[in-house]
Amino acid sequence: MVRWSEWAGTVAPGFICVTESRQAGRSPGPGENLQKWLVSLPPTLFLLAFLVAPALLMVVASFQQVGDFGGLLPVLENGQSTLSLEAYRFFFGDWIYAEIFLRSFLVATATTLLCLLLAYPLALLIATGGKRHRDLLVLLVILPLASNFLIRIYAWMIVLGPAELLYTPFAVIVGMVYVHLPFMILPLYTNLESHDPALLEAAQDLGAGAWTRFWRITLPLSLPGVWSGSALVFIPVLGMFAIPELLGGTRDILIGNLIKEQFLDNRDWPLGSTLSILLTAAVLLLAWLAAWAGRPRRGRA
Amino acid sequence: MALLEIRKVSRRFGNLKALDDVSLSIEAGEFFTLLGPSGCGKTTLLRLIAGFDEPDSGEVLLDAQPLAGIPAEKRPVHTVFQSYALFPHMTVAQNVAFPLQMAGKHPEEIGRRLGEVLEMVHLADKAQQFPNELSGGQKQRVALARALINKPRLLLLDEPLAALDAKLREQITSELIALQRDVGITFVFVTHSQQEALAVSHRVAVMNGGRVEQVGAPEQIYGFPRNRFVADFIGTINLLPVEVRVAGGDALRLVANGLGEIVSTPVAEASTGQRGAYAVRPERVRIFSAGDVCELDNHFQGTVNEHLYLGDVTVYKIALDNGAVLEALLANSTSGRTGFLERGAVVGVGWHRSAGVYLRD
Ligand SMILES: Nc1ncnc2c1ncn2[C@@H]1O[C@H](COP(=O)(O)OP(=O)(O)OP(=O)(O)O)[C@@H](O)[C@H]1O
Ligand SMILES: [Mg+2]
Repeated sequence: MVRWSEWAGTVAPGFICVTESRQAGRSPGPGENLQKWLVSLPPTLFLLAFLVAPALLMVVASFQQVGDFGGLLPVLENGQSTLSLEAYRFFFGDWIYAEIFLRSFLVATATTLLCLLLAYPLALLIATGGKRHRDLLVLLVILPLASNFLIRIYAWMIVLGPAELLYTPFAVIVGMVYVHLPFMILPLYTNLESHDPALLEAAQDLGAGAWTRFWRITLPLSLPGVWSGSALVFIPVLGMFAIPELLGGTRDILIGNLIKEQFLDNRDWPLGSTLSILLTAAVLLLAWLAAWAGRPRRGRA
Repeated sequence: MALLEIRKVSRRFGNLKALDDVSLSIEAGEFFTLLGPSGCGKTTLLRLIAGFDEPDSGEVLLDAQPLAGIPAEKRPVHTVFQSYALFPHMTVAQNVAFPLQMAGKHPEEIGRRLGEVLEMVHLADKAQQFPNELSGGQKQRVALARALINKPRLLLLDEPLAALDAKLREQITSELIALQRDVGITFVFVTHSQQEALAVSHRVAVMNGGRVEQVGAPEQIYGFPRNRFVADFIGTINLLPVEVRVAGGDALRLVANGLGEIVSTPVAEASTGQRGAYAVRPERVRIFSAGDVCELDNHFQGTVNEHLYLGDVTVYKIALDNGAVLEALLANSTSGRTGFLERGAVVGVGWHRSAGVYLRD
């Protein structure tokens, strides 16, 4: 055993140095910096123009007042500011809005969980099955996206109508799950497909049965795929208005419908903006909480 | 009774015979090596033993019990994979403790054993690191610790050193020998490096094209290769085409075309008139001045064709009278010189009758 210690004492430190210096890399030169800037300029401009600017406009709109014929009153009238907290007061003054918010989050959560439950086995099957059928199966997953979303929802109306399930919360969930399932399958599949099969063999070799291998190896390694798939389902479901409108009853409206109504039917842009901002804030808060709960611990890729 | 018995095992992939009637028996406590060129079926054989694959015919017995039908997770056989296959989402401690958890050991015992094993491979200070924070050599030791901690009956190592650089490989090789001696676990080690095989093993099985060509101690394999493949694969060797003139008696007399008689030790399979090859290692060939009287059984004259300076030794390529080129080694006992003989020098070469072997075609 003397030799182990000799070896660890003399060789290992050298090895650590090598890896560390490789990881540290070299600092980029001035030319490289310029290049980075030039490369990131177009997307930055795009995001500024089409994401940040409209978001700021919406923040301002949420404090403005409804104009005489819909639209918005100017911010300044006769040298006086017309800005107010009216829309926010309205939102927090009625339980109905909080209820719709809550219901939307419940629907989104249920949809996400159902998608996860359906997508995981399927993604696992595609990822671990024969290489020959893989591309075909992935294509089949994506294929529904090739036809128009509204047409597919109408198809569900034809299916659910005779079964007397149309205009129920059940129909809304069915539609939501159906539309968003591919967005759960794809990230899961991409993740599962990248797993090194040697890890499962190693686990088996060391005494792990099939279930243990799944719980201890496959599932923990697939969590990044689970998170991104969940985000891709959860967030769009929160904003979705077409499905509840077409498949749901009058009591099944969600925030998406509410926002759409403010802009298109009630012409109450300030309230619509307020709802949008609060929804965005809620999603960001949730994302932050999720990121915090699953914060990368040392060494996890 | 041997610890592991492999009886007439064959495994095909389509038309390819990855393993062709392989029989081996490995004793408890042995450091046994499977040596062979790439694609000769070494990994295939290990996978059969580990339980990831089943033979088409033949059987594998561990402690005299047939392993057929026993899944990999139930076999007291652990593997060190070539890629290490460390679990990336677990710390070093979690990786190494995994087999004990699978065996349902008490947490207290797990903690104690973990401490011992990490100490043994000198990774105690790395217990809380993740695999991607380790160097290649450290990963290798984690893989080894993980495979050893639950004291398997048999440890399979599939080219465990292939991913390391030459210097580290040499060091870990000698550590492996010490480790195997200390833990007393039977090792089945796979490599395609003949140097590694000769250095670490109690016994070596040389494989080629799914068949076992020869099994024996390193010095047997090296000194008395059974056929041309083994002779050629292990180290360098001079091969001269010969015909048997006299078989039987106290010496085997061979004739090399245009060279004359070569005297060798008798072998059972030789018969008069048979064709084959005579094999002699370069380090067994002696070089002397052309005019010297030589009392060696076999001696010939030749011309130095070229020489290769290797530092510790110089390899001389000597053209014999019949055109055959013979390699001979001379240790460089004087520093500052690349060799003692110049190109074109006429020299005598010779070797003792026991230095070479006759291999029939
Ligand atoms: N699952 C498989 N399907 C088809 N052919 C296979 C399979 N596994 C191995 N083979 C073939 O069997 C032969 C032996 O393969 P094996 O992996 O045992 O070689 P090896 O001796 O381990 O080689 P190396 O030193 O390169 O690892 C090879 O020709 C290989 O292509
Ligand atoms: Mg191999």
